[in-house]
Amino acid sequence: MSALFNKIRLYWPLIKISQTSLLLATGIAGYLSAGTRITLPILLGVSISLFLAISGSTIMNMWYDHDIDAKMKRTHKRPAASGELNHREVFYVGMVISIIGVGWALLIAPLYGLVVFAGWFFDVVVYTFWLKRRTAWSILWGGVSGAMPILAGHVLAVGHIELVGILLALAILFWIPTHTLTFSIKFLDDYNNAGVPTFPSTYGETFTRAMIAISSVLAAVAIGWASVLIGISAGYLRLIAVLTAGLLVLAFATFRVQSEQVNFGLFKYASLYMLSSMIILAMRAF
Amino acid sequence: MKMNNLDRVLLLITCLLAAYQIVVGIDKSSSTPITAYTIGFGVLLLSTLLLFIFGFGILDNSIVVIISTIIPLSISTGLIWEHLASYRTLYLIFAIVGFLAVILTRSMQTPVNLRTTVLAIVHGISGLIIFLLPILMSVYGRTNPEFVLVGLGGALMGLEGLILSFSKFQSIISKETMRRLLPGLLLITTICFVAGFKLG
Repeated sequence: MSALFNKIRLYWPLIKISQTSLLLATGIAGYLSAGTRITLPILLGVSISLFLAISGSTIMNMWYDHDIDAKMKRTHKRPAASGELNHREVFYVGMVISIIGVGWALLIAPLYGLVVFAGWFFDVVVYTFWLKRRTAWSILWGGVSGAMPILAGHVLAVGHIELVGILLALAILFWIPTHTLTFSIKFLDDYNNAGVPTFPSTYGETFTRAMIAISSVLAAVAIGWASVLIGISAGYLRLIAVLTAGLLVLAFATFRVQSEQVNFGLFKYASLYMLSSMIILAMRAF
Repeated sequence: MKMNNLDRVLLLITCLLAAYQIVVGIDKSSSTPITAYTIGFGVLLLSTLLLFIFGFGILDNSIVVIISTIIPLSISTGLIWEHLASYRTLYLIFAIVGFLAVILTRSMQTPVNLRTTVLAIVHGISGLIIFLLPILMSVYGRTNPEFVLVGLGGALMGLEGLILSFSKFQSIISKETMRRLLPGLLLITTICFVAGFKLG
């Protein structure tokens, strides 16, 4: 029993629980934002299938990147990078969890399962295997992958892909660079040591900050537009407007003030902004 | 001075209350007060959120004085619009001109006395309106007695503004003590506003 707990303790960091939870929250918000009748089995099915598919893809990412993770100060203690976990075992665990997650999603609804699979495919194959070590623009495909859970949730609720679902996905797609690019500035030396091309190393810090500001604005436009189309109440629209104003001010400040503190502040605010927006969109169901 | 976990919890509750006020607390008003209250409570929400993210160090930024002027000006404009219809235009002009004067005196090279006087006038008038108007409305029976809580919130906010904005007050209460008290004071202020608007 203690061996099992020890394994779980070692695998826990591999699923990046904060990131996975946030992406799961977007998927549930996508489902609830459609305003359709909520059934507990479906809600549970969405939560578990998405959790497993996202966790599986994250473990696959850790499995493939164990060599570059081992070269970075920020990640070298991860169990897959430090050698605490058997390399082959990590691969099998990642694949099994991925197959269960995507398979479950396909059983719930084929189109929903297809979108969940697309998210897994873009993250594992396109982003991690193919582009991450080749181009700084790989983050775009990481963003596309991160946008799939919310699209999947919305697709499951309405039965097809529509403008609202695409706008919600775009909001996440544009929000993700505020995360990844902020990290790439903060841990630039780490990424350089590992030989991973990033925006700051390829295009410079000023350009990267501009990209962060622009993507924040685009994320705000997408979430605002989606909120109007979804038809959330005037009170919640006011709240989204206020939170969006904060995001825009910080995005502008990031561009004007070349400071790591402001940059990291935007990163934290953008996370809170997205989580709040997801809660607001999900409120439509109640 | 570092922020502790209790400070963070108090600030988060303040954010949630301000968000509640924006979503449901001002729905009974007409469009201009709704806009004014949304701006006031919105700036309160964002300021608290930024304080939560950046810590107390953000209070040293000179822009805080300008931003913190928006809260009393907006809430007082909403109150005037709802309860003193004949002064609407006059007060709206005062609010806009007052805010612009604070921006100009704080962003340009101006004598210290001028910038302090402008800030004192703008904060003083708007603060007194938030403090006195709800009390008078309650006393004259135009609102429920609980509307007094909005006045209490205004008084507390005025006190926080005075201590944060004017260095003379920092000889009475130190900057560190004020910062230690700020999260709790902000929460009590917001509770007063939310309860006052809800029950009044």
